[in-house]
Amino acid sequence: MNSLFSADGLTGLVFLGTIATTVVGAIIATNSVRLIRAVVGLAICFIGVAALYYFLNSPFVALMEMLIYVGAVCVTIAFAIMLAEPHPEKQVGKNNALAGVASLSVGAMLFWGLTVLARNTNWKAAVSVANDGSMREVGKSLLTTYSMVFELISVVLLVAIIGALVLARQGREKA
Amino acid sequence: MNPIPEVLRLVIYLTCLILFAALNAAYLVWVERKGAGHIQRRIGPKEVGPFGLLQPLADGIKLMTKQLFLPAGVDPVLFKVAPILLLVPAVMSFVTIPFSETLVARDINLGLLMIFAFASVNVLGVLIGGWASNNKYAVISAARAVSQNVAYEIPMLITVITMVMVTQTMNLNEIVMQQPNIFKWYVFRFTASPLMPVAFLIFFICSLAETNRAPFDLAEAESELIAGAYTEYPGMGFGVFFMGEYANIVIGCAVTTILFLGGWQCPFGLAPGWWWFLAKLYLLIWTVVWIRWTYPRVQFYALLNLSWKVLIPISLVNLLLTGAMIKVF
Repeated sequence: MNSLFSADGLTGLVFLGTIATTVVGAIIATNSVRLIRAVVGLAICFIGVAALYYFLNSPFVALMEMLIYVGAVCVTIAFAIMLAEPHPEKQVGKNNALAGVASLSVGAMLFWGLTVLARNTNWKAAVSVANDGSMREVGKSLLTTYSMVFELISVVLLVAIIGALVLARQGREKA
Repeated sequence: MNPIPEVLRLVIYLTCLILFAALNAAYLVWVERKGAGHIQRRIGPKEVGPFGLLQPLADGIKLMTKQLFLPAGVDPVLFKVAPILLLVPAVMSFVTIPFSETLVARDINLGLLMIFAFASVNVLGVLIGGWASNNKYAVISAARAVSQNVAYEIPMLITVITMVMVTQTMNLNEIVMQQPNIFKWYVFRFTASPLMPVAFLIFFICSLAETNRAPFDLAEAESELIAGAYTEYPGMGFGVFFMGEYANIVIGCAVTTILFLGGWQCPFGLAPGWWWFLAKLYLLIWTVVWIRWTYPRVQFYALLNLSWKVLIPISLVNLLLTGAMIKVF
C-alpha cells in the first residue's frame, strides 16, 4: 500500500480529482435547468476529459480537447443559447418522477454490464507502442494511414459549412 | 539529484507566476494612465507617492474594501465563476513561457499549442460574465467579444501554423534557440518566407484583437456600452477581470517575443538571459499602450471585415508561400 504522500499516492489523488471533475461536470450539464449553466458544466466535463487524456500520456490530444471542445464548441453553444433563448428562467419541460428512476436503472445496468465485461475480459498488453503520440507522428499517420478518413471528415465539414450558408442566405431573402 | 523536490519547485514557480501576473496588472494600469496622460499632454497620476507610483496600491485597496454585492437578477453562480474563467487560463499559460533558458516552470514540448489551448478558453469568461450580468449592455458586449475572438483566432492560428512549419517544433525554448541573433530572428528570416514581417504584423494585430485592446476594444467600448461585460461587476470581481485582461496582454506580447523577436536571446549574441526577454516584452507592451492612445476605436463591421477580408487571405497566402519555400529549398 502506498502512502498518500508518495509520488504514486499523489498521482492517484490527482487522478481521482480529474474523474470527479468529469463526473461533476457531466451531472451539472445534464441536471441544470438553465441552459447556460449546462454549458458551463459541459466545459468542466471537457476539462476533466482533457486531464484524463493527459494521464493517458497523450498531451497532444489533451490540448486539442481544450482548444476545440472547451474553446470552440462550448463557446459556440453558449453563443447559440444567447441568441436563441430570451427567457433564461423558462422551464424546458416538466420533470417526470418516473423518468429519473427509469434512467437511473438503465444507467446502473449499463454500468454493471460494462464493469463485468471489463473485469472478465482477458486484456492483452499492447505488443509495441504504436507511436509516441507526438504531433509529428499524428500528422504522418493522418496523411498516410488515415488519409481517407481525413479527407472524408473535411468533406463533411465542407458540406456543413455550405449548408449553414444556404440556410443563412434563405433567411436573409425573406427579411 | 535535484536540490529541491519537483513538487516544491512547481509550487514556488506558480506562486511567483501569480505574483508576476498580479504585479503586472497593477503596474501596467499605472503605465497605461501615465502613458495616456503624456500622450494627451497631461501628467497622469501624480498624487500618491513619487510619480504616482503608489497609485496601483491605492486602487487595489479601494477595490478590495468594496462590498461584493450581487445586483438583482444576475445568475449568482455564473456571475462569480466568470472572472475566474478569465484569469485561470491566463495564469496557466504563463507556466510554459521561457523567461530564460532555464527559468521556465514547465518546459513541455507542446508549449505553443498549450498557450493557444488555454487562450481559447478566456472568451468563455467574458461571454458568461456578460450573460450572467443580466444587463443589455453586457450581453451586447459578450456577443461582440465572441464574434471578434472567433474572427481573429483564425488568422492568428494560421500564422502560428506557418511558424510551426518553419520552426519544426512547438517547444518554446527550442524556438528561441533557433534565433541567436537579430539576423536570425523570425521577423527577418526572409529565407523562410519573404512575408515574415507581414506574418509578424498579422500576429500582433490579432493578439491586440484577441485581448480586446484598442483599437479593437469594442467589447468594452465605454462610449457606447458603459464597461461592456464588466458593467455590473463590483469591487474585486472587476479587479479579477482586469487582472485577467492584463495577464492576457502580457501573454500575447510574450508569445510574439518568443516567436518572432528571439525571446531571451540578445540581438547581438551578448549575454542572453531573462533581462533581454523582459526588455523586449515591455517594449511590446508599451507599443500596445501607445497604439491604444493613438488610434481611434474602429467600427464593428470594419473590425470584422479587416479579419475576414484582409488578414485571413494574407495569412493563407503566407501559409502557401511558406509551404512552397520549404518544399523548393
